[in-house]
Amino acid sequence: MKNPEHMNRIGVFVCHCGINIASIVDIEAVTKEISKYPGVEFIKDYQYMCSEPGQMIFKEACRSGQIDGIVVASCSPTLHETTFRRASIEAGMNPYRVEIANIREQCSWVHHDEEEKATEKAIDIMKSVIERSRRNESLTEVSLQTIKKVLVIGAGISGMQVALNIANSGVETFLLDRQPSIGGRMAQLSETFPTLDCSQCILTPRMVEVGQNKNITLMTYSEVEEVSGYVGNFNVKIRRKAAYVDWDKCTGCGICYQKCPKTVPSEFEQLIGKRKAIYTPFPQAVPNKVVIDNNNCLYFKTGKCRLCEKACPLGAIDFEQKERIEEIEVGAIVVATGYDLYEKEKIEEYKMGYCEDVLDGLTFERLLSSSGPTQGKLVRPSDGTVPKEIVFIQCVGSRDPDNHLPYCSRICCMYTAKHTMLYKHRVPDGQPYVFYMDIRSGGKNYEEFVQRAIEEDNVLYIRGRVARLYREDDKVVVVGADTLSGKTIVIRADMVVLAMAMRPSGGIEELSKKLKIQVDGNGFLSEAHPKLRPVETLTQGVFVAGCAQAPKDITDTVSQAGAAASKVLELLSNEKLLHDPITSWIDEELCAGCGQCVSQCSYNAIQLDEKKRKAFINEILCQGCGACIVTCPSGAAQQKNFTIKQYYSMIESLV
Amino acid sequence: MLTVSYMPGCTLKTTGRNYEDSMLKLLYKLNVKVEELKNWFCCGTTYSMASDNLMNQLAPIRTLLRAKQTGRRELLVLCSMCYNTLRRAQDLVLHDEEKRNKINEFMYLEETNFNGDEVRVIHLLNYLKEFIGFETLADGIIKKTSDLKVAPYYGCMLLRPEEISIDESSENPGIMEELFQACGIDNVYFPFKTECCGSYQTVNKKDIVISRTSKIINSAVNNKADMITTSCPLCYFNLDSSQGTLVDNVPGFKTIPVMYVSQILALFVGIEDATDYSMHSIDPRPVLKEKGLLG
Repeated sequence: MKNPEHMNRIGVFVCHCGINIASIVDIEAVTKEISKYPGVEFIKDYQYMCSEPGQMIFKEACRSGQIDGIVVASCSPTLHETTFRRASIEAGMNPYRVEIANIREQCSWVHHDEEEKATEKAIDIMKSVIERSRRNESLTEVSLQTIKKVLVIGAGISGMQVALNIANSGVETFLLDRQPSIGGRMAQLSETFPTLDCSQCILTPRMVEVGQNKNITLMTYSEVEEVSGYVGNFNVKIRRKAAYVDWDKCTGCGICYQKCPKTVPSEFEQLIGKRKAIYTPFPQAVPNKVVIDNNNCLYFKTGKCRLCEKACPLGAIDFEQKERIEEIEVGAIVVATGYDLYEKEKIEEYKMGYCEDVLDGLTFERLLSSSGPTQGKLVRPSDGTVPKEIVFIQCVGSRDPDNHLPYCSRICCMYTAKHTMLYKHRVPDGQPYVFYMDIRSGGKNYEEFVQRAIEEDNVLYIRGRVARLYREDDKVVVVGADTLSGKTIVIRADMVVLAMAMRPSGGIEELSKKLKIQVDGNGFLSEAHPKLRPVETLTQGVFVAGCAQAPKDITDTVSQAGAAASKVLELLSNEKLLHDPITSWIDEELCAGCGQCVSQCSYNAIQLDEKKRKAFINEILCQGCGACIVTCPSGAAQQKNFTIKQYYSMIESLV
Repeated sequence: MLTVSYMPGCTLKTTGRNYEDSMLKLLYKLNVKVEELKNWFCCGTTYSMASDNLMNQLAPIRTLLRAKQTGRRELLVLCSMCYNTLRRAQDLVLHDEEKRNKINEFMYLEETNFNGDEVRVIHLLNYLKEFIGFETLADGIIKKTSDLKVAPYYGCMLLRPEEISIDESSENPGIMEELFQACGIDNVYFPFKTECCGSYQTVNKKDIVISRTSKIINSAVNNKADMITTSCPLCYFNLDSSQGTLVDNVPGFKTIPVMYVSQILALFVGIEDATDYSMHSIDPRPVLKEKGLLG
């Protein structure tokens, strides 16, 4: 960096801000005093500097060539710094030569009853900013070419929606999922609240749309192996798992799985249904390709069988297939990895009641689903009889900071109400009971939906927790409290459905490390700001959507997915990414390569060059927060236009 | 040979004598020297919940102090009431500095202070698991042919509050089942294993105890247990003695003998003289004979 000490021609503009500043601070005294200050070449005060005439005065002075540094004494820089910097560009000056001295929020407003002192303070503030200003450099924005491709991790409703929105805007999108098919959790659901429309009926057309979209490349049965690079220029290594089937040849005809002699519980059916060792998760799978589960395949276990190979008319089976690593380059990444349910084995007080007829919510969905193992007939998995008394327990694992998870899983109140209705529609003479803590039905038509369950379908809602489950004969006895009547309620139920808490899906922690994004205390992905930046992460170019960020229903998931897609498109809409040049830089002469700054940087903008033993700052990623500067023991990390020298000179002017 | 300090408490010297006798004989056979504290105090029976009444904590803390003075780290306790009060008094001293100081100041005549971490109060079941080992115990089993089915009953004092629980899970404990399983003894499904037996209500509200114990007993009987086993003298008393009333008042009520864990184990390792059967309201001898555990 060249030494900017020579710059000494400062122009100062003092704003009255109507009476906001001028009624407290003596503008005339300030102007008189500052005009005598070394280096001040020009000074002018005006009623409203931010107004059109004020801007004219400002630009005129810039154009005069008389000054090469500017201090505007006015309101907070968050209000009008951009205004004056823009004006300076129009007048042909470098915007980073413009500084704001805040004499309103930090002076006149807080010292309204001590005018003399306020005037003195205003002078001090301005002197110190002049000191900083004379050491400013002309800076130019950093620009960067971006790759106009996007990777979406997770192909549930959230990831699918993100991919569709982006792809429909003409941007190439890779949609990755570790399962053989897209569709995610929503594909497992029977009907959806609050409309009771069939989940698959609304989902499968979307799945087909995704499968047929020319801008979407499906990468199912794959996982993220490694991520390098940064916003606009990510390099992602993807592990394509071995399906032992040549998907280019496979048409999903299904002859292979008809022939396969090995039957195992199906994960898609929540283990209450069956699949073969060669399978597609469900009939409407996209892509409709089979995979061989080598943990269960007889050939892999015993070396004999290969019936599928003989049966396949297209010769698609390939037992020699190996997993492979594929590399892709993308400009942005969206994480939409969804959720799992909290394990019911962790609920100790219910364990004595566990049997085939105590189900979690997702398993109950499969039991209700017309494409499920019972074709939607509601019967007990244990003996095939119709359950006449059924108990639904809400908040299992949720809202229990002492023993389980502290948060509300948000969807259980609604899906339990849905479950009770669907049950009543199938078993009109049956009696559903719901144990609840509170009913949280905030959402369009949600409260009405719950009321419908209570009033029209005669669901008995009991406010209280269930203390214990146990088996007696072929029943599950539910012992709970009714906190409204103060009584203990004992129900001999035929079936019990547990609304298990939602958790981020397995593997999120490793993935977040690969992507260098943060997770919160509960393992959900952290957004950059809970209100104003809900789909961005602190790592630029990486976005979140759906239940990976927090529990939410389909409606909110789709909305958030749309938001994430629009943020991605905003990022990629420019040819080049422009970035504020107020970033850190490392003085290589001073840097000892200790690496302390690397660990402090929240934005992963600093890397250690192992060979040179010097830290290196990626200007594109640096947000200019200054954490590295205070960390650096040798003073090698410095911020442009916020140098230590500038600060010392500011302090010197005050003391 | 292992040596362990031991605090019996009052019940084990009176109505719970069968518990102490069988335990002493069992541990002797397992090569453990049990050394009763020379000067132990009443545990206070129930842990005082009044935060300003430190006087009630003095008895258990003085007992812990005696244990500290033996120089041994473990203090074996059998009675679950004693276990509960001692552990909780110990926790109080350990975690509340102000009360610790106050109590120690009050006990200024003692030779040493009690700080809460010098002694480990250990229940018999934990002692068997950690110091003897269920596998070792199983090696000593000589009656392997018995098909005795037991319903292991925990009650609440060994499990609650959660911080002092003898088992990882205070809701669904399994240490007794684990012990029996290791020794080749069948456990029945017993969902009432942690239900409260009614505890001290037995003194003046016998009906509460009767209604509670009848549920527990019925559950054990319906699940085809031959015997309820427990490690708490009060649970034992309530479960055993209430059956007399139940037989008289409930038509068709089926009785079931109740025995201490140590009584059963003593029989399985071949000690036949550890129990005074006249102390049982429901005589376990017919069942024991049927199962080949008594001659």
